[in-house]
Amino acid sequence: MKKKRKIFSKFYLGLMLVFFYLPIVYTVIFSFNDSRSLTVFDGFSLRWYERMFNDRTMMQAIGYTFLIAILATLISTIVGTITAIALSKSRKSVQLVMEQLNNLPIMNPDIVTAVGLLMLFSSIRFIEKGFMTLLLAHVMFCIPYVILSIMPKLRTLDPNLAEAALDLGATPWQAMTKVIVPQIMPGILSGALIAFTMSFDDFVISYFVTGNGVSNISILVYTMSKRINPSINAISTIVILIITVALILINVLPMLRKKEVKA
Amino acid sequence: MKQFAKMAIPYAIWAAVMIAIPMLMILLYAITESGNGVVTLKFTLDNFIYFLTDPALLRVLMTSFKIAIYTTILCILIGYPAAYFMSKLNEKYRTTVLLLITLPTWINMLVRTYAWMGMLQVDGLFAQILGMLGIGDVQLIGTEGAVIFVMVYNFLPFMILQIYTSLSKMDKSYLEAASDLGANKVQSFWRVTFPLSLPGVISGITLVFLPAASTFQISQLIGQGSVPMIGNLIESFFLKTGDWNKGSAISLIMAVIIMFSMYLAKKVDKDPSTRGRI
Repeated sequence: MKKKRKIFSKFYLGLMLVFFYLPIVYTVIFSFNDSRSLTVFDGFSLRWYERMFNDRTMMQAIGYTFLIAILATLISTIVGTITAIALSKSRKSVQLVMEQLNNLPIMNPDIVTAVGLLMLFSSIRFIEKGFMTLLLAHVMFCIPYVILSIMPKLRTLDPNLAEAALDLGATPWQAMTKVIVPQIMPGILSGALIAFTMSFDDFVISYFVTGNGVSNISILVYTMSKRINPSINAISTIVILIITVALILINVLPMLRKKEVKA
Repeated sequence: MKQFAKMAIPYAIWAAVMIAIPMLMILLYAITESGNGVVTLKFTLDNFIYFLTDPALLRVLMTSFKIAIYTTILCILIGYPAAYFMSKLNEKYRTTVLLLITLPTWINMLVRTYAWMGMLQVDGLFAQILGMLGIGDVQLIGTEGAVIFVMVYNFLPFMILQIYTSLSKMDKSYLEAASDLGANKVQSFWRVTFPLSLPGVISGITLVFLPAASTFQISQLIGQGSVPMIGNLIESFFLKTGDWNKGSAISLIMAVIIMFSMYLAKKVDKDPSTRGRI
């Protein structure tokens, strides 16, 4: 009886994983298909990759996606860290108001944030829609997640440490970078990671605030997918590959390091 | 510590401009007539009345929430056993399975949805499998069922991970106590494990319901325009017809309904009478 239950639970989890990976495997396989068909595999070919690399709009979209994700991660991690530390030392009332404001983009559906930003950017004349608005919007929705992942770490921190640093003659900046930041590093790193993937994957907000032909991978897939286009499979496979490698590195490296320490 | 507190000022200004003003603009556009300048605001409730009286638009509103509710229920029904079985695995497999379930959520949603678009095509993989099983000619793409299916696919991992987290945090000694007191497996599940995992279910609901109710890309790609949701309405008001006033009104209606349901969910979660009755 017990054994039967164990087999069933493994079967169920296996089925779940098949469900999750079926479309991913399907995409990768059909990116190498020789024909346009999405149902019959006509032999191995790299023609869709060739077409992707020769397509300027596709390469540009990949470039913009990375550039914006890296810039948005850098900016939002730095600003988020400074703000989180500052808020932890502020009055309770200030903290409360800022937390509410900060939670708004997280609680709000993406599309509501998106139309709000669209109206804001449209009413400011000197901002040209495109790269700049995309970057501003991404920084805007990334910072709240960075702050949210750092705050709990700050709460467990001993407040006397920063105080001691200041008493010993450190400037506030030194106290922050040399005393507080090293202790909340795990929070900062996970915040940065969330920011990067949020920016890398974003579709809804980017779709509304962009303009002048600037697009990221998500917008590209959305606009191209109105017709069957196997190049999308090629670009998807590249996204899948990058994310998989990054995640495996992030998850496996610490495990290996732990083992080394143990040995 | 004043030196530190000052450093929050730049972000406070940024948040006022980038977070508060856009929300105020939505509110302002929703309650004013179209085509007036900043100086000559004409307030009106017509934008809201327009939605609440047009049966076609009301139907879209209903469809969206119906799809979101079905998606959420299916995610609980499918996700709960998965999370439960995961928490019973031994540690070696558990981290691997955890990683395997997390990984797809990091891959772009558009990319995953596009893959289903291919598989659910008229002559696609699924139609062929169904054909082999003798169930021929079933329309998949462009139906409500297909939209719900792909939404479950996209949001299920979030539900599993939330429930799994609350199950793995659970103090196992409660179960021992239950069995010492004579409860059998089924009783101890329904009276100990399940109530203790409810916070996970509730945060899973918020993570599934919110994006499911407001998505427009899944209904566009998988519904092929024949399953319009609120998100598609908002998209067409802002990007096609350029009617910001009506678009703002419907955005506001959706934001209020969703935030209110989130608030309720949190309240239920905090209410001691619903939590862990042992």
